[in-house]
Amino acid sequence: MAGNSNQIYLDHAATTPMVQPAITALTTQILKTGNASSLHSTGRSVRKELEEAREAIAKAAGCVASEVIFTGSGTEANNLAIKGLYWLGAKGGKKTIITSTFEHHAVMDPIKWLAEHEGGNVIEIPVSKAGVIDLNQLKQVVEKYGSQTALISIMHANNEIGTIQPITEVVRIAGNIPVHTDAVQSFGKIDFNFTSLGVTAATISAHKVGGPLGVAALILRKGLDIEPVLHGGGQERDIRSGTFNAPGIIAFAAAATDAVANKNDRELKVRALKELLINKVLNAVPDSWVNGAAENTLPGIVNITFPGTDSEALLLLLDMQGIACSTGSACSAGVHRPSHVLMALGATEDEATSALRFSISYTNTEDEIEKLASVIGDVVAKSRAATSKKVFSS
Amino acid sequence: MSKLKVIAAMSGGVDSAVAAARAVDAGYEVVGVHLALSSNPQKYRSGARGCCTVEDSHDARRAADVIGIPFYIWDMAEEFHAGVVENFLSEYQSGRTPNPCLRCNEKIKFEAVLERAKALGFDGVVTGHYAITKEVNGVKTLNRAVDPGKDQSYVLAVLTQEQINGAIFPLGDTVKDEVRKEAERRGLFVANKPDSHDICFVPSGDNAGWLRERLGSEVGPIVDQSGNKLGEHNGAYTYTIGQRRGLNLTVPTPKGEPRYVLKIEPKTNTVVVGTHEALAVNKIAGTPPIWCGPIPEINKTYRGFAQVRAHGEPLPTEYKFDGTHLIAELDQPVFGLATGQALVIYDGDRVVGSATISETF
Repeated sequence: MAGNSNQIYLDHAATTPMVQPAITALTTQILKTGNASSLHSTGRSVRKELEEAREAIAKAAGCVASEVIFTGSGTEANNLAIKGLYWLGAKGGKKTIITSTFEHHAVMDPIKWLAEHEGGNVIEIPVSKAGVIDLNQLKQVVEKYGSQTALISIMHANNEIGTIQPITEVVRIAGNIPVHTDAVQSFGKIDFNFTSLGVTAATISAHKVGGPLGVAALILRKGLDIEPVLHGGGQERDIRSGTFNAPGIIAFAAAATDAVANKNDRELKVRALKELLINKVLNAVPDSWVNGAAENTLPGIVNITFPGTDSEALLLLLDMQGIACSTGSACSAGVHRPSHVLMALGATEDEATSALRFSISYTNTEDEIEKLASVIGDVVAKSRAATSKKVFSS
Repeated sequence: MSKLKVIAAMSGGVDSAVAAARAVDAGYEVVGVHLALSSNPQKYRSGARGCCTVEDSHDARRAADVIGIPFYIWDMAEEFHAGVVENFLSEYQSGRTPNPCLRCNEKIKFEAVLERAKALGFDGVVTGHYAITKEVNGVKTLNRAVDPGKDQSYVLAVLTQEQINGAIFPLGDTVKDEVRKEAERRGLFVANKPDSHDICFVPSGDNAGWLRERLGSEVGPIVDQSGNKLGEHNGAYTYTIGQRRGLNLTVPTPKGEPRYVLKIEPKTNTVVVGTHEALAVNKIAGTPPIWCGPIPEINKTYRGFAQVRAHGEPLPTEYKFDGTHLIAELDQPVFGLATGQALVIYDGDRVVGSATISETF
């Protein structure tokens, strides 16, 4: 079943196939010898291509090249930003971290770690039922605790429900407080410009935009020297150590360039597919609903609650029909747990374990959405029959 | 006709992995499912013990990938706690000796899982149990496996006819050594994993200590059959009928014979001891009976074999159903039989039915 070419893949927010320019860049580069930090010509020639890649990513992300710090994953970039900015602030006695209630674990967990091990004081800003952070609350918190705050970290777009956060407003409210945003899901999908957004740091990742796995970047405003998480050769401006993953970085640049160049067309197509999916699925399961009905959403992510079902049973049944999607939430010991994102939106535990995230790419087709719509009613009915949950109305 | 769809319950051990692979070979559409039974599983890599740890769930997933079937984890922790762990405690509290594996088959694998599987559109559940199902006159019967050392028909005898109808046991015709060899041939790296043992929810293996922690360790008397106090114990339920060791009695019998636990009286927290002869049981009654295959006529006496322990000997017996109880009158007495265990009646290798032992005579 897995790897079947008839598979309908609606889990592009988890990871998405590599685009041809990235495959070409990766397979070409991987044959070349040379450590980009070496001083001989072999190394220099790799370094040249690597720096061109950095410039291409800077262009795609709206920053300057020296602001791009390559890492091994989005998780690493988030850890570096959060811990680095916290330690910087803590030197001046600022130990408060402001975040939201529905961040990705790669943001939530380093913050939790700082609270548990480094004396961090965490304030979580709630989100509305529509999936947008409460700016009034943020304002009040900043007024009260701003002088003690090391950083604010709020995601650009939510990975489970796709709602876009008002980061420009966050930055305005933050004033001098450094703001980090996890832009892993938004970069390459919607307009993203580091400079005009005004944040101090942003995380982007290659494999979400058609690049390879194992490469990402923290974009960090010039002149900020944060404490590294990984200590070693200091390859990335002493902020990140580790031999440059030149093939990965060069392929990342190719994917980012491709994503930004085609963004407008793809965004239109993906939005249309998402609308089709919502209409068809809600029609097939009339008591289902979309989570995070904010106006501004990512084109390709939609999260739907099917009341009275179990997400994991829905996944299994759709998998048997050749359709791959996700619950969007983390696993604990392999057991599906209620989505903290949906709980943050006010869902009950039952509701938070009966939702699916569909994430669409421009490579999906209307036929694929039609296929999903044709089976979802039966899948939901079977899952309802197999659970002890009561069907309730929203 | 489209393929029959089945759920393969995969513990992470070798038996369930080979069973799943054989189900694929037999033409079923198979989805592997690992049951998460503990809400607080042991997390670390040293933890694999045959089932129920996170490491075992990784082993199960790896086996599913080698076989090439989808794999999911079903959270049955609540069902397991309510149906098996709480039952285990309350049985001990009532002075009986429960068999949690049997209860798990009854309440989890062939009740909760089979029901969920059927509701999801599956036709049955495949497990790595060693037992054989055979159709006799249009009725699916449960029979002993060919490997007498591994035969698990005893712990499956609690299944109802409907549950047997939905159960598939691909390993019943094979001895364990062959299953291990087959696992190796199939590239299933669990081939040499040790068999699971002990009670999975008592990770330390210290059953008495685990019970004491939950039920307290109130000191009570150890008495002889006439009620004379011979010593003290700390927690009556940590004793088992037939137990000889660990009584620490200071008053010897007149003839100097060893003494055994005869009875546990939870209400008075009393342990009654006596001689080996007093342990002899000639007649066993159990209720409620669960039948597999044809139901015996009421009050008609049949001949067959009784089994009262998981790997116990088949005991020649007469048996009958009085409308409420399954009653076995053994040809030869059996010693040290605890209530709470299962009485399983066989006709040759076929399971006739079972009941939880309520009284012994």
